[in-house]
Amino acid sequence: MIDNAIKRKDLLGMDDLTVDEIEAVLETAEKLKEVSQRDIKKVPTLRGKTIINLFFEPSTRTRTSFELAAKRMSADAINISASASSVVKGETLIDTAMNLEAMNPDAVVIRHPSPGAPHIISRLLKSSVVNAGDGAHEHPTQALLDLMTVKEKKKRLSGLQVVIVGDITHSRVARSNIIGFKKSGAKVRVVGAPTLIPYGIENMGVQVSYDLKESIKDADVIMMLRIQRERQEGALLPSLREYSIRYGLDMEKLEDAPKDVIILHPGPLNRGVEISPEVADSPYSLILNQVSNGLAVRMAIFYHLLGGKE
Amino acid sequence: MKERKYVILNERDVKRTITRLSHEIIEKNKGTDGIILLGIPTRGRFLAKRVRDCIMEIEGVKVPTGAIDATLYRDDISRKDEQPPLKEMDIPENIDDKKIILFDDVLFTGRTIRAAMDVIMDFGRPMFIQLAVLVDRGHRELPIKADFIGKNLPTSLKEEVKVSLKECDGKDEVVIRETF
Amino acid sequence: MSFLLIKGGRLIDPLQAVDGLYDIVVEKGRVKDVLKAGMLAGNDLKNKGKVIDAEGLWVIPGMIDMHCHLREPGEEYKETIKTGTTAAVAGGYTSLAAMANTIPVNDNASVTDFILNKASVEGAANVLPVGTVTRGMKGESLVDMGELKDAGVVAFSDDGRAVMNSEIMRRALEYSKAFDLPIISHCEDTNLSGAGVIHEGYVSAVTGLKGMPSESETVMIGRDIALAELTGGRLHIAHVSTAYGVELIREAKARGVNVTAEVTPHHLTLTDDAVRGFDTAAKVNPPLRGEKDREALINGLEDGTIDVIATDHAPHSLVEKDVEFDAASSGMIGLETSLSLCLSLLFKKRINLSALIEKLTKNPARILGLERGALKKGFKADIAIIDPNAEWVVDTSKLYSKSANTPFRGWKMRGRVVKTIVNGKVVYG
Repeated sequence: MIDNAIKRKDLLGMDDLTVDEIEAVLETAEKLKEVSQRDIKKVPTLRGKTIINLFFEPSTRTRTSFELAAKRMSADAINISASASSVVKGETLIDTAMNLEAMNPDAVVIRHPSPGAPHIISRLLKSSVVNAGDGAHEHPTQALLDLMTVKEKKKRLSGLQVVIVGDITHSRVARSNIIGFKKSGAKVRVVGAPTLIPYGIENMGVQVSYDLKESIKDADVIMMLRIQRERQEGALLPSLREYSIRYGLDMEKLEDAPKDVIILHPGPLNRGVEISPEVADSPYSLILNQVSNGLAVRMAIFYHLLGGKE
Repeated sequence: MKERKYVILNERDVKRTITRLSHEIIEKNKGTDGIILLGIPTRGRFLAKRVRDCIMEIEGVKVPTGAIDATLYRDDISRKDEQPPLKEMDIPENIDDKKIILFDDVLFTGRTIRAAMDVIMDFGRPMFIQLAVLVDRGHRELPIKADFIGKNLPTSLKEEVKVSLKECDGKDEVVIRETF
Repeated sequence: MSFLLIKGGRLIDPLQAVDGLYDIVVEKGRVKDVLKAGMLAGNDLKNKGKVIDAEGLWVIPGMIDMHCHLREPGEEYKETIKTGTTAAVAGGYTSLAAMANTIPVNDNASVTDFILNKASVEGAANVLPVGTVTRGMKGESLVDMGELKDAGVVAFSDDGRAVMNSEIMRRALEYSKAFDLPIISHCEDTNLSGAGVIHEGYVSAVTGLKGMPSESETVMIGRDIALAELTGGRLHIAHVSTAYGVELIREAKARGVNVTAEVTPHHLTLTDDAVRGFDTAAKVNPPLRGEKDREALINGLEDGTIDVIATDHAPHSLVEKDVEFDAASSGMIGLETSLSLCLSLLFKKRINLSALIEKLTKNPARILGLERGALKKGFKADIAIIDPNAEWVVDTSKLYSKSANTPFRGWKMRGRVVKTIVNGKVVYG
């Protein structure tokens, strides 16, 4: 029997969650998937609750997913797009937070380019804070939806070999997934160009490899990360072409992987760079399952965080 | 603290009661046409299944049976410290113009039934909804009344009615407990 | 003019290799006499002066901070010469070398004059201006070092910014030889440190905060040692933070290179673990490093590789600190917590008392060429009296500094200044 309670105000990172809490969210999310398959895709659970999506970085899919999740739970969702550059002069993040607090929301979903920004806000707000990505730090709802997608397909998480490929250094998706999969008992290997793998990452309990073809031979799950085109500047990569040849996943490299391997990608895809169109559209790919599970996970997070308050 | 406990229905009583409820449902609805049985998890779900099996024996017809979880529609959801776990949801077929028989183990305040009816309405427009319960213990807080009642059981608010079913509790039994 | 008598305390004066119970007589702002306790002919001073009973207390030469930021002129909302020196004396410091990165920077005599004038009127402690190495601190051309020396600077430093151009650094070390003043080098290869905000290691890997590798410091320490060797100039390495940096300095000293070095109390106390909760008060440059580095710094202090403990007191207001970690300014205040943090090394038996006090008094005086840092007959009477057993809790609302940016808030401390005397006058306690 799972202790079904999420005993916290905020969801700031996978680092904070216990294994029981992770399982509780996944279990709730599984149940909530059904709501999105109805004709009337809405339950009255969070009627009268207000959720603010505060995005300091452009993002269509994550913001939409949070917004839709709120609406399917009958909460009112408001989107605020802010510019992170305004923190240099003028209104600070803290001013923004205090302004929101005055509107008495029940939850604030924040995406911000600076690691720790949600943590700063959470100390000031009475409402729940959900981290929708803070710089290269964490993106917990992405990890939860990835865990859900893998569990759905593989029926377990414990003992699986997960391979995360790409720009590990700059990826909040990688960090949250490393923590989430490790906590769930999976083995994690990170693969990429040495310039894109941070020193000290081994201490998170992961294996490091620079050879994609070799590293996926025993993979149950391959997670491809989006490569930012700017990484070429600053000598992190010689060229995208070389990256694609070495670390892009195509059918030829996939030949050596087990036949029941599954492939994830947090999106948006750079087709032909980190993933070939054939792989992205292959039966191995669960990219669209990730999107629908993302909605369910975010509904589950709202369900758990927004209960228990008068 | 002391506790007093009475067995209201034993295993044989439960079996007889379910058989009677099955007969009543068939009789009142003049057969099984268009009937869907929906149980509220956990025990209402098992009651629905038992009634389905019983109807199968009597009429030779397998009535569509499912589960309906009302947690997301509860009126106390934001008053709880922790959110209750969600349970099974299984609507076996389109419910438009169907005769829905809703099952729960104990009818008490009526709030769960209210929530369950709202869930049903979100899935379509049934011809009607009827309610079947194993025990009606009174103390209604909403204008709700059962169509099929296993046992009418006047209780005080200090008493607790506990239904056990083999599927989840290892035995069939209805007891009333009083602590003082 | 009356006497001041400090009676019965334990005097620790590394310059004179003294550690014992002494009475100290101060007259006309200078040390008149230091006598074994009880040797004083009792009635001589009665009624003519003030007596401070220092029984059970430690008496040390006033501490000299050769690295702090007083922010005046230009950023008086963070700190002023008045508030900074007041904080200093509350922490047992009697002399401060004020870094040159004010607004405007101290790259000419008029700024130096301003600081000295202001300090003579409002300063609670002696203020020793540091001049920049390069004009406008731009790293491009040398300042008029002679003019600055005449105006009263005690060293040259572009601290806060590295002198990236090796040729300029070479000429600075060379040219300054004429004035026998040290070049204090902030060792950071800014190409390597890049947009980093914390130490590059496990914590940066986990938090996603950009890291600065240790090597951004060590390659510059290596460069500067090589240039000091080439030129024979006087090189002082500011705020060493890395194990390999300590090793490079140790080797250079063994070869006879003219190099000295300092370390901050916070690098001796904290590691990058302190930034895991995104506490901007713990954001400093150089960043808090790993535990191995911290150990190496303490060892370097013990074996004499590191000469000086300096605070790098860097006040910032909420405007700079109450923001995202990335956007926050680097630096923490340190004048009022330094002594207690240093004493904790003593209490943990990592360093002996005399060696510790010399890093705070004698050595900085030697490097800056001051006739201070000791309680010698005829020296200026700069004195700190310490209660080594006093326990206190850091409450930022009670600090004298104008800013409150310290990660030590709420810490329980042991050892505290009870009285501070500057030029013979009691200025604190």
